[in-house]
Amino acid sequence: MTPAIEVRDLVKRFDAVEAVRGISFTVARGSTCALLGGNGAGKTTTLSMLLGVLLPSSGSISVLGEDIARHRYRVLGRMNFTSPYVDLPKKLTVEENLRMFARLYGVRDMKRRIAVLAAELDLADILKRAYGALSAGMRTRVSVAKALLNEPELLLLDEPTASLDPDVGDRVRTQLMDYQKRTGATLLLASHNMPEVERMCDTVLMLRAGRIVDAGAPAELIARYGRSTMEEVFLDVARRPERTIERGPDEIRLERE
Amino acid sequence: MSSPAALSLRRIYAMVLRHLYLFRKSWVRVIEMAYWPTMQMVLWGFIAQFLATNSSWVAQVPGLLVSALLLWEVLFRGQLGVALSFFEELYARNLGHLFVSPLRPLELVASMIAVSFFRTAIGVGTAIVLALVLYHYSIFDLGVPLVTFFANLLVCGWAVGLMVAALVMRYGLAAENFAWGAIFVAAPISGIYYPISVLPDWLQAVAWCLPTSHVFEGMRAVLLERTFLWREFWTAVGLNALYMIAGIALFLGAFNGARRRGMLLQIGE
Repeated sequence: MTPAIEVRDLVKRFDAVEAVRGISFTVARGSTCALLGGNGAGKTTTLSMLLGVLLPSSGSISVLGEDIARHRYRVLGRMNFTSPYVDLPKKLTVEENLRMFARLYGVRDMKRRIAVLAAELDLADILKRAYGALSAGMRTRVSVAKALLNEPELLLLDEPTASLDPDVGDRVRTQLMDYQKRTGATLLLASHNMPEVERMCDTVLMLRAGRIVDAGAPAELIARYGRSTMEEVFLDVARRPERTIERGPDEIRLERE
Repeated sequence: MSSPAALSLRRIYAMVLRHLYLFRKSWVRVIEMAYWPTMQMVLWGFIAQFLATNSSWVAQVPGLLVSALLLWEVLFRGQLGVALSFFEELYARNLGHLFVSPLRPLELVASMIAVSFFRTAIGVGTAIVLALVLYHYSIFDLGVPLVTFFANLLVCGWAVGLMVAALVMRYGLAAENFAWGAIFVAAPISGIYYPISVLPDWLQAVAWCLPTSHVFEGMRAVLLERTFLWREFWTAVGLNALYMIAGIALFLGAFNGARRRGMLLQIGE
């Protein structure tokens, strides 16, 4: 079976700035992978290229077995995305928003699907409220509901629990993990929330200045760096001299720069 | 300690500077400042020139100016409908969600056109009823040709609306004022209220490149001579086809440009 995501020598330049510098990685189907890195590391740029809303300068991306540059529309209906930085129409109610996106994704039995998600994400009481009138936390939950509408095989999450209180954040994480367990979907998330990454992810790609500087399972990375949490690993990676990892489908090779 | 009422030139200058920085970076804002006075002056200058010699001619045909005004509204509302539908997504910062869904850009274009049709029907429909109540004039007196005028002007409006949307996708919301004014570039040379022959020769050549000129000439022929000018109709159809192709191409070009520059997830902020 082809990997959910296969990225080869991906580069993105914005004029003189190289935001992503030749990264390669694969994400196995049914796994949860995190892109971890500080601001400007290239996480959102990479996610945008995986979604096809940003064209790479060079390199290739295969998503769910399809070349995203040539057959983007074959896979868009099988994946979804959420980010606290991309809004939904504020004047529409939560239900109207979900109905609109359910139609865009061709969701069958739309009413039932919205009712299920409303129950799972505790949205039933706010379905008739305007999206713009909701708190940041509620908006994030609605955005997650939108991302799960089409029961995606691949879910790309940009800081999925940003601005949520610990209780709601925990419920959203549980919901996402349950969803993955039930459907075997692949999750790729960009996050600054280290406990979230430790709890949810099988593998972590550590990005710095557009390069993958390390990769592995959270426990593996923690052990490798002799630390006790991913947060400490993150700080180590952010402050140590750069290391580059080139990851092929069957190999991991570490190089010290 | 200075009094709360004391004015600081430095602070005032700082705020002026804040806008000058914007103007320096945004040519669309600068053009917009000169745009309306120029358009109004040109349009009403030609109207005044025409009425000075032909006022009795206009007076003989009831509804000439009202018909012209209503048909102009079809064009304006059609264009505005397309542009505003697109702006709604920008204001909502929703483009990112739309373009990661299976929605194709051409499907978005089609939806904007459909919404524009409804907006125009509501806007112009109200004006048509008002014209009936206030001036006892029904634009439906134009008969079957009215359908061809409406259709041609709507399509032209949609084409310009797509060009405006493309401009905003390229230059951001600083260019949104073009939605309100772009179509008025064509107003003085479309012969809405006066024949194209009123214009200087060189400007007539430009005017005949617009579908609108052919529509309004056609309208006058129906009202004044009870004749439907097929040649004007087909010329308008041909020009509209070209304008529509250009509008769609510009929109798709701007979409691809936004994909290259990474604007689709950010635009509207």
